[in-house]
Amino acid sequence: MFSHFRFKPFLTAWALSAGAFSALAFVGSPMGGVASAQAGEYPDKPIHYIIPFGPGGESDITARLQQAYFTKDFGQDLVIEYKPGGGGAVAWSQLNGYKGDGYTWMGVNLPHIIIKPRQKNVGFKTDDLTTVYMFQYTPDAIVVPKDSPFKTLQDFIDYAKANPGKLTMSGSGKGTANHLANVRFDKMAGIKTTYVAFKGTAAAVAAVLGHQVRAEWGYTSVAATHEGKFRLLAVAMNKRHPKFPDVPTFKELGFDMVSGTYRGVAVPKSTPESLRIKISDMLGKVNANPEYRKRMRDDGMALLDVGYKDIPAFMAKKTVEEVAAAKSAGILK
Amino acid sequence: MLPGLDHLVAALTPLNLAFALFGVVAGTVIGSLPGLTATMAIAVLVPLTFTMVPTSALILMGAIYTGAIYGGAYSAILLNTPGTPSAIGTTFDGFPMAKRGDGDLAITLACLASVTGGLVGAAALLVIAPPLAKVALAFGPVEYFWLAIFGLSLISALSSGNLLKSLIGACLGLLISTIGVATVSADVRFTFGSPILLGGVEKISALIGLYAVPVLIDLVATPARHLEVAAEPRGFRLLEALRISWAGKFNLLRSSLIGTFVGILPGAGGSIAALVSYSEARRASKTPERFGKGEPQGIQATESANNATVGGGFIPTLVLGIPGTPPDAVILGALLVQGVRTGPELFTDKGSIVYTFVYGLFLGTVLMLPVGLVIGRYAYKFIIHVPKALLVPSVAFMTVIGSYAIRNDISDVVIMTVLGVFGWVLDRFGFSPSPIVLGLILGNIAEQGFVQAWTIGSATDNLGGMFFGRPISLAIIAFTLLSLFYPLIARLILKRGDVWPKKARGGSS
Repeated sequence: MFSHFRFKPFLTAWALSAGAFSALAFVGSPMGGVASAQAGEYPDKPIHYIIPFGPGGESDITARLQQAYFTKDFGQDLVIEYKPGGGGAVAWSQLNGYKGDGYTWMGVNLPHIIIKPRQKNVGFKTDDLTTVYMFQYTPDAIVVPKDSPFKTLQDFIDYAKANPGKLTMSGSGKGTANHLANVRFDKMAGIKTTYVAFKGTAAAVAAVLGHQVRAEWGYTSVAATHEGKFRLLAVAMNKRHPKFPDVPTFKELGFDMVSGTYRGVAVPKSTPESLRIKISDMLGKVNANPEYRKRMRDDGMALLDVGYKDIPAFMAKKTVEEVAAAKSAGILK
Repeated sequence: MLPGLDHLVAALTPLNLAFALFGVVAGTVIGSLPGLTATMAIAVLVPLTFTMVPTSALILMGAIYTGAIYGGAYSAILLNTPGTPSAIGTTFDGFPMAKRGDGDLAITLACLASVTGGLVGAAALLVIAPPLAKVALAFGPVEYFWLAIFGLSLISALSSGNLLKSLIGACLGLLISTIGVATVSADVRFTFGSPILLGGVEKISALIGLYAVPVLIDLVATPARHLEVAAEPRGFRLLEALRISWAGKFNLLRSSLIGTFVGILPGAGGSIAALVSYSEARRASKTPERFGKGEPQGIQATESANNATVGGGFIPTLVLGIPGTPPDAVILGALLVQGVRTGPELFTDKGSIVYTFVYGLFLGTVLMLPVGLVIGRYAYKFIIHVPKALLVPSVAFMTVIGSYAIRNDISDVVIMTVLGVFGWVLDRFGFSPSPIVLGLILGNIAEQGFVQAWTIGSATDNLGGMFFGRPISLAIIAFTLLSLFYPLIARLILKRGDVWPKKARGGSS
């Protein structure tokens, strides 16, 4: 099959020469003691890690964090590649076409892989994707600019009640975590807001910063990466986020919302069971690194540790939740 | 005077110099190959930032980015195929110059213009980034909608061939841009049930197909040489290029400023910047009829503008944490992983790595002068001396690799080929590729802006005010009308006689 044939001799050639350059930089860097893999033992060559979105988004950044710690632990590189298109559908519909030798991984995102195939034919079904580990989630949150008149979630609800439909909120895409959160919360609070879809979180954030919209259905990470520019009204978590101890959860305020974008790693269906478990354990080891955990939290994210054997139960539970939410939102029939 | 001069010294270590040099060389080569983008190159290098000093890694990335934007000019000039979307406008005059045997001069001019634009953009980033970043926020959905319409009006007025055909081409591009999953509404459109089309038509594969394939077919179909060659070999023609550049200094400066400004707008990009400055250059010129037939001023306008967008694009990236361009998005991601938090304080905090990075960008831009001249010389020599029997397969090979590399996906190669044949047929009928490709690029911007603005406008019961009540929008609308009716206005008011330039058909016939 031509599709697993990655022909980039040119890129490789200069990546190698870049490697030579980095060797210069490497001397005296604190990374002397890298564990090196035995030849013949998995992994004994770089692993291709495909992100179904473009560079610079959160799926990219979280993968980059894994990449840094993975190399330290296992001595092999994770080569991150991007295959954006169709909100992730282009990459996911091709996952099972790759060789199941453990050297191709692909990021998966919830609710996307649950909602999209149920909306229409996007070339894959949720069950086609063999997820081996769910490693983090980014909780939903209502984000307003620092100078917004909405000081609390109650202010926000009061305004929306008094002005039905006038409260505009940006978010990333449709049928996404942001959009679902918007529809669910409107229902719970008995309000009507207007959701405006933007291309990606960066554009949705810019719209709030520029006061094109009143608020954003975003993530806790927005307030972390844009420190001091935003206020979070509430976060969709079980407990308050350690980075934002003053921000209440929706639960505290009487709205049963724990949601966000969940991220994991999937492998082609043909990957043998033993390798699946091995990859799951490797990702677990990366996830256990205290320094990595601290960085994830500092970026406003939350960690998950769902290993291979717990995935079916996790997916079943999430599927019920997300499908119910999407149905009530009118996104699914 | 200049902030953080100590960081200039920090940027000037031998190691950083080596990185900047390597980055510019690698970037120039990557940019000259359609399909291999700066975004890709930088993404491959991100892991280096984990193991080395972040500033050095950033300098390397900035240099690659700068080099790639310049490198796009080579194939635009020598093969009539923009290496990057930013170089679309460079084909207008670059290829005609190469055709008549001035390819060497065109490349040297492009190099000088790129360096100028790069320096202006970097200077803006260094000195006035925080206030300029506000511009990015002043542009809402409506402004982007009107900006895209403005771009479409320019392309219709500018490209060679006749106005009606350009407009039809632009509409065709708009139509192609609607294929796939819509960004705003998530509707699936025109995919005919094929998962290949779900992701839409990648603008790079359209770019390669519509420009390069017709050139290839013409190369095979005509016995003549690809480019005219001077009788005796000439050097870089640097003195000549310097003279022309000095004569066009106002054009260079104006285009650099336009490029910086457009670069600040996230998502607008080098192709729009180059278009706007090209049109301004033509408007200000005493001999507008020469544009599109190999006018050096045209190359100067587009090449200085697109390199100025590099510095401009970093302004929202570093001040607001909102990436201006795809390569900026990758660099921002690398910074976030490093634990760097973006914000205006980056520019006040004397210990920040940002100044070292900005000076590194200057360094890379200056290095582009010798590097660009030397590589350009080789590129030119290769293209004129290599026999057609070798040139055609190597260019064809490049188009396949380039379109495959976008998403590691064979379907992009198929789309590229289909569009290529289609483009060649259209070319026979006098439709040039530029309006189609720009329609494709601008279509998404226009559609998103329109739908978002409409949604917000309806929600706040202010549709009219949304579309026709915002000062920046009104200014853009005025510019659009001006660009469409300028010849008429000029004739009526300024009595400048015949300003409709009788355009000869450029392109690859």
